[in-house]
Amino acid sequence: MLQQDERARFEATVLPHLDAAYNLARWILRGRADAEDVTQEALLRAYRFFGTFRSGDARAWLLQIVRNCCYTWLQKNHVAEEMSEFSEVSMPQEKETPESLAIVNHDRDRLRRALEELPAQFREILVLRELEGCSYKEIATITARPIGTVMSTLARARQQLRVILGGASAQKEARHEL
Amino acid sequence: MSCELSDTRLHAYLDGELDAAGAAEFERHLETCADCQAHLAAEEKLREAFANSQLYERAPQRLRGKIRAALPQADSSPASFEADSTSTAGAGYWRWLAVAAILLLALAVGIGWRQLDRANRNAYEPTLAAAVVDAHLRSMQPGHLADVVSTDQHTVKPWFVGKLNFAPPVPDFANDGFPLIGGRLDVLDGRTVAALVYGRRKHIMNVFVAKAQPQESWSGSGEVQGYHWLAWENGAFSFCAVSDVSPADLNQLKQLFLAP
Repeated sequence: MLQQDERARFEATVLPHLDAAYNLARWILRGRADAEDVTQEALLRAYRFFGTFRSGDARAWLLQIVRNCCYTWLQKNHVAEEMSEFSEVSMPQEKETPESLAIVNHDRDRLRRALEELPAQFREILVLRELEGCSYKEIATITARPIGTVMSTLARARQQLRVILGGASAQKEARHEL
Repeated sequence: MSCELSDTRLHAYLDGELDAAGAAEFERHLETCADCQAHLAAEEKLREAFANSQLYERAPQRLRGKIRAALPQADSSPASFEADSTSTAGAGYWRWLAVAAILLLALAVGIGWRQLDRANRNAYEPTLAAAVVDAHLRSMQPGHLADVVSTDQHTVKPWFVGKLNFAPPVPDFANDGFPLIGGRLDVLDGRTVAALVYGRRKHIMNVFVAKAQPQESWSGSGEVQGYHWLAWENGAFSFCAVSDVSPADLNQLKQLFLAP
């Protein structure tokens, strides 16, 4: 009944982080259907390699696998994407927002669109930090980067996000003045 | 934002990543630095926006169910199917019938996979492809092909002991037209791997063997500069064969490796 023990251990240590896995995939891939497929693939892969996981941070271990599956998926599907973190952010496309929308919905939508416009490496680091609440050390583990790089990438990601949000609100103000 | 601290120290402070002394030091700096005050206020506003955003998306319930249902299949050993108590409840006869049905399903999934694999023939990891072809070309330089030259697998296999943190399989397929020529250590993507050298008629084939890693899957096939490569995994090990032979020859070698 070794297999049964293994599966029970997997369900107890790894499966609780399914939400974190899906959320990361959803933001890296920018699509829910793709995120479901890749999350499932990543979880099955994690199960197959569960023997190599001894103890420690199961969430970081799983997110490492999820992240990798996501980038492999992007490459396979020829989503050339902004693999480079240095790609310039284009100005946000102006989409009409119905005036009737509640202000909180409006802000959320604005932030969502701004986040989706960022290059993948900026999206992932903001999602890990702001939505998942990962420490710098955990982010370093998940993204396989030194902590110094994590810090500078996070600073640049936040700066670009503020530029996009600022640009959008500046345009909006300009429109109101007309 | 011209203050040099505003790029990293300020973020570490915002994220609670500074120790007590570092935080106190930064707070002292903050009292006199208008740049950092303004920047910190902007970052706090952004953080607040995230906190109120409800952008975190939870996994749909059906995904949880799908993964639970698929879990035993993730391990191809039939023993693991026994763990799936929902499908094997009942008398022994039904139990075996269920196991047979699941095995059949697994087979069907396997065939589907293979077809998917074929559809993705050109879908590969460019870095792996480039690295193995480079390594193959390097090995063709005079004197670089093999560190241990032997057609005897019992000479080549022990040679790797102590040089790698895993014991690679070293089969000889001379009877099938792929004689073992030797082996050497190589480095792919910063990882030390075993390189097995096989002959195929007048051609040389390199088979790179690495310990399988959860974060890195070797799969797919393709062509780079006239060299074909084919990657696969068998659970414990990742393999990538590369040569100027035909893809059919590569595939035949792969099947020999996978055969029990």
